[in-house]
Amino acid sequence: MATPDIKLDSNTKKLSIISFSGDFDKLTAVFTLATGAAAVGYEVNLFFTFWGLDAIKIKQGRSPIGKGFLPKVFGVFMGGLKSAPVSRLNFAGISPKIFRYLMRKNNVATLEELVEAAKILGINFYACEMAMHVLGLNKEDFIPEVKDVLGVATFLKLAEGGQTLFI
Amino acid sequence: MANYTLDITKEHCPMTFVKTKIELSKLKTGDVLEVLLTEGEPLENVPRSATEQGFKVLSVTKTETEGVHKVTIEK
Repeated sequence: MATPDIKLDSNTKKLSIISFSGDFDKLTAVFTLATGAAAVGYEVNLFFTFWGLDAIKIKQGRSPIGKGFLPKVFGVFMGGLKSAPVSRLNFAGISPKIFRYLMRKNNVATLEELVEAAKILGINFYACEMAMHVLGLNKEDFIPEVKDVLGVATFLKLAEGGQTLFI
Repeated sequence: MANYTLDITKEHCPMTFVKTKIELSKLKTGDVLEVLLTEGEPLENVPRSATEQGFKVLSVTKTETEGVHKVTIEK
């Protein structure tokens, strides 16, 4: 029986997602698509850029990380997964709490559960080099699952032959 | 050859097949996983995606509980 999780044939099932928005609802979409695809045998690449980098920081919670004063200021505003806002009707931060509650109540996977599942399923996490420089972060600031720091050209090469989404 | 059970009757997409996939990847060749799932999306997708990925679906049976089915998969 085939034991590898990735079955490569002439019709490679591959999904690459550029996670640009750091919003709670959009990140949920990213990880739902990623884990669902991985669960049915796709090779999945996630490329986190700009606001998306917030989702893969090791240090959760608001803290002034980053090199330089301005990046530190934004480091405080961007508090990681737990404080990700909803893209509309955020109601000063109440909405993510409401949505997490509703998801738990309806037994739908929460964002944190989806991220954990993504790690277990061996989904490839990558960080955007350009955004990293601007925000003064380096690879050590991200979770260990981040395989590499990439630029556009490498990412496009990785995504070749599969589907690419921008969320 | 070991037997395992997984109950995903309370799960929704994508956790239905995500949890199934995670359990299946822990098995050794020849092990069997019995998955309890509900009619509708899980019943449609779990057996089919298991077959697509090279697992053997041994059986799909109804259980005594209304709407709950048992899918037996061998690695």
